[in-house]
Amino acid sequence: MSITQYLGLPFAQHALAAAALVALACGLIGPFVITRGMAFAVHGTSELAFTGAAAGLLVADNAIAGALVGAVVVGGLIGALGTRDRERDSSIGVILAAGMGLGVLLLGFYHGFATEATNILFGDIFGVSSNQLLLLGLIAIGVTVAMALLYRPLLFASVDPEVAVARGVRVRLLGIVFLFILAFTVTEAAQVVGTLLVLSLAITPAASAHRLARSPLVVAVLSIVFALVAADGGLLLSFESTSIKPSVFVVAISFAIYVAARVVAPWTAAAGRDGAGHAGETAGGEVAA
Amino acid sequence: MADAVPAIRLRGAAVAYGSRRIWESLDLSVAPGEFLAVLGPNGVGKTTLLKVVLGLERPSGGSVEVEGRPPRRGSRRIGYIPQQRAFDRDLPVRGRDLVRFGLDGHRPGMLIAGRRESRRRVDQVIAAVGATAFAGAPIGRLSGGEQQRLRIAQALLGDPAILLCDEPLLSLDVAHQRIITGLIDRRRREAGTTVVFVTHDINPVLPYVDRVLYLVGGRFAVGRPAEILTRERLSALYGTEVDVVRIGDRLVVLSPDDDEVGAAGDGHHPPAVSDPLDWEGP
Repeated sequence: MSITQYLGLPFAQHALAAAALVALACGLIGPFVITRGMAFAVHGTSELAFTGAAAGLLVADNAIAGALVGAVVVGGLIGALGTRDRERDSSIGVILAAGMGLGVLLLGFYHGFATEATNILFGDIFGVSSNQLLLLGLIAIGVTVAMALLYRPLLFASVDPEVAVARGVRVRLLGIVFLFILAFTVTEAAQVVGTLLVLSLAITPAASAHRLARSPLVVAVLSIVFALVAADGGLLLSFESTSIKPSVFVVAISFAIYVAARVVAPWTAAAGRDGAGHAGETAGGEVAA
Repeated sequence: MADAVPAIRLRGAAVAYGSRRIWESLDLSVAPGEFLAVLGPNGVGKTTLLKVVLGLERPSGGSVEVEGRPPRRGSRRIGYIPQQRAFDRDLPVRGRDLVRFGLDGHRPGMLIAGRRESRRRVDQVIAAVGATAFAGAPIGRLSGGEQQRLRIAQALLGDPAILLCDEPLLSLDVAHQRIITGLIDRRRREAGTTVVFVTHDINPVLPYVDRVLYLVGGRFAVGRPAEILTRERLSALYGTEVDVVRIGDRLVVLSPDDDEVGAAGDGHHPPAVSDPLDWEGP
């Protein structure tokens, strides 16, 4: 079957749509994950999506519902145990270790298909039912709307917390809300690339964008575009080679973009501080290439 | 001026964290357009005073009024300038983005709304502090002095009636200290803005200061610099022998057990970060 033939099939269309929504959400949160130094929180919540999914499989034979419930629990736990950077990292480490152990135990009790378990770790967007795809889509839309509303105050709170507090921004509350947004996004992304490879959508595109631009808006746009290209591009390539999991292609594209960004970075506006001539320019017009 | 509502008024105000009293029975009335310097050693509650005025900290006793009303969190009447701090070199936020936060950083939304008008206002205020040449550079690559100019622009963007400055000169060289204090005083003269300036070193602001509030261990003194910064008043306040000496045009406060007690300390050896607004809570 060729790619065009695949594109006519509902399951392929659904998968591409879901991947696009997940990429949008990941692209939006990525710059904040980097600015707020939360890469480990992404990794922690995604690994724990595995525990949630294992519990979901065991209790209701529904990995995604389990993973989503798990994400809420984990977001709440990390928020409750510590929001300061250093405190947060150690609490995540503690929860991560305990949670993974629990996940392995739960999986031991599960006697369904073993592939379900590997699908959690490495992702299988094609194995997701249309009902679950709808759920993923709705959550992705929710995350996108929330991020569109919170973007500016969250950036203010992330970059300049002291002044943000003085201006009346609820900095702590925003931090906890972002933790939940992150947990949901990560759980979603785990369905596309698997819990072990979530960073390829939640961090790599934003890290590439950081190399290329200096304006927050341009970084956000690039981060979303890179995540979309990686997620949907990876799926399209996987139609050509069904023996290899789509997540492999997603990760490969995402990483290739990052390498390219690092190579061209020295020639972009983001290098050096020669910002003199840009002061009067439009807020979003500075991706020199 | 006599019947004008004070910009800031504290009557018998007290702040305590649990059983730890920071200060109490604090009476202070700051007139509109007045330049008040807040001095004292670390940990006496200088920043706490700013927090109370900002409505972030509730006094445990007495009353506090800002322009005749109780302090309100997030009030647009107040501008806030913190001390300079390090930003990550690669942070994709430019000087002008930092300034822009002063306009609408607290409001929900992306960064695009109302672009043309807000861009004009941002450009205007950046030009007013002489920061046009470097406002397009990432903030992590700006010097402390450049950053503080942008901080002033950020605070002025909200057109505040009161400017609260929390050690804005810390770790700046003398030339930049002059530029920053000059800009703050210019704003006061041109717009009648009240300035409350927390500092460990009075010297850079001495030419502009109307009165000082000197806090030491829960006690305080308010008055003109010449009244307060004397051997007698400060010795009484510290409860120990304190000397005030003049070196050139600099005032230095010395105590026997500590060669620098804070009022006019050496700007090259600033104290460790005092107690900046805590955004993480207790």
